[in-house]
Amino acid sequence: MALQSLDIKARSATTTPSPNVRIEGAGPVAKLIDISKCIGCKACQVACMEWNDLRDEVGTNVGVYDNPRDLTDQSWTVMRFSEVEVEQGRLEWLIRKDGCMHCADPGCLKACPSPGAIVQYSNGIVDFHEENCIGCGYCITGCPFNIPRISKKDNKAYKCTLCSDRVGVGLEPACVKTCPTGAIVFGSKVDMIHHAEGRITDLKERGYSNAALYDPKGVGGTHVMYVLQHGDKPELYANLPKDPNISPLVSLWKGVTKPLMSLGLGLAVFAGFFHYVTAGPKEVEEEEKTD
Amino acid sequence: MSKPIQRYTARERSNHWIVAIAFVLAGLSGLALFHPAFFFLTNLFGGGPWTRILHPFIGVVMFLFFMAMAARFWRLNHFTAADRQWMARIGDVIRNRDRGLPEIGKYNAGQKYLFWTMVVSIPLLLLSGIVVWQPWFAPYFPIWLLRIAVVVHALAAWIMILGIIVHVYAAIWVKGSVRAMTRGTVSEAWAKHHHRAWYREMTGK
Ligand code: HEM
Ligand code: SF4
Ligand code: SF4
Repeated sequence: MALQSLDIKARSATTTPSPNVRIEGAGPVAKLIDISKCIGCKACQVACMEWNDLRDEVGTNVGVYDNPRDLTDQSWTVMRFSEVEVEQGRLEWLIRKDGCMHCADPGCLKACPSPGAIVQYSNGIVDFHEENCIGCGYCITGCPFNIPRISKKDNKAYKCTLCSDRVGVGLEPACVKTCPTGAIVFGSKVDMIHHAEGRITDLKERGYSNAALYDPKGVGGTHVMYVLQHGDKPELYANLPKDPNISPLVSLWKGVTKPLMSLGLGLAVFAGFFHYVTAGPKEVEEEEKTD
Repeated sequence: MSKPIQRYTARERSNHWIVAIAFVLAGLSGLALFHPAFFFLTNLFGGGPWTRILHPFIGVVMFLFFMAMAARFWRLNHFTAADRQWMARIGDVIRNRDRGLPEIGKYNAGQKYLFWTMVVSIPLLLLSGIVVWQPWFAPYFPIWLLRIAVVVHALAAWIMILGIIVHVYAAIWVKGSVRAMTRGTVSEAWAKHHHRAWYREMTGK
């Protein structure tokens, strides 16, 4: 348990209750990213590196602003730049801060086979506890947003922690603290939804009639939410999924099937044992031995 | 006491036991990650990360030796009319009412079904296992394929483990079978009772 002061709501590969004796705290938290306010300065990327002591390899310029190109074990958040012509002749530069969405129903946690490698605090933060991680990559299979990355250095999975270590002591995440335009805000989920409503009203007044909050229900809502100018087309934002959910294949793999299959194996062994003590062994009859 | 009949050569027995040992190790290390109830099995392999590391290598060893064994026994596992008649009376076989069963060759229909189940499942385990193998291969495959592969792998493994439970039990149940794989021979009476067509072939009687 990395943060003894936080209650745990769910723990990977655990069938007994998780430690949660404390009285209800402040309730779920959320980070709200207002894409309409983001200028793509990447200060949040730097703040993340700094607070979490991460240093990605210096890459090469591949002709786009995305740098690094993708999330890695060292880059838990990256800005994704999309140049889109939403209407003819009206170019828009949509910049989405990508990273873990901290799903209320996290596919990573559902898929993880190692007890306590992934925990979900009662404040909604989904955290990887690398000391329990076995490096199997099941979290990658389970995540609907393609977030976890396995380090080549230690074969452990890493991703955004929503600065659980800061939030646990009453600070806001490092990216929030550093954002110069106030595009990233943090607080209780209720407050963030309220704040988003104000922003959406404002955007609508300014002609973005489809402005909306991205808090996808398919994963039970998320603790990282976006304000999208084009809420009807989340795919415009570097393929943000319109209706993300845990893949039915993952649910099949991790749902009731496995307890039933395990029971099946146990029953097969019992059936054999009881067959032996009822029908008995198959012995070759005496008379055949002599003829 | 009549002369025992040779059923398996030393090479065949070694091949079988390598497959068997590798299968048990692959099965236990795989089950460890299959459901939390089995996670304690990781202790047998030196903890979670070691279990994850070792499992696929054990699986590959099992695959290679299984294919060698399958090639040896391939021809003997084709179904015959006698097998179908035998299978129609499986209820009697299970109740140890063996009188009047058709004469069958070296393998009975049950053994043949297991053989073909393994011939299908083990390559599936290999292919799906490679797709999810961290850190060597999984990063090269798209996530939708990983999702299919984990389901295929878990399902094929489950079918195999069930099949092997039946296989091991059959060896315990049918007295005189285990020595075929430990010492290579079976008694004449055993051969005559369980595999009479094979017995005739071996002895000319
Ligand atoms: C043929 C070669 C095989 C390969 C390459 C392979 C590879 C893998 C890999 C990469 C995993 C994910 C965990 C890990 O990284 O260790 C896995 C899981 C597993 N394997 Fe295999 N394996 C093979 C054969 C087998 C066999 C023979 C069995 C058992 C009968 C088996 C049963 C399992 C099970 C039960 C799991 C856990 C599945 C789950 O979590 O749903 N595997 N295997
Ligand atoms: S890689 Fe680590 S965190 Fe991801 S599923 Fe496996 S054990 Fe869990
Ligand atoms: S976005 Fe992916 S890694 Fe983050 S909580 Fe959801 S499922 Fe887990």
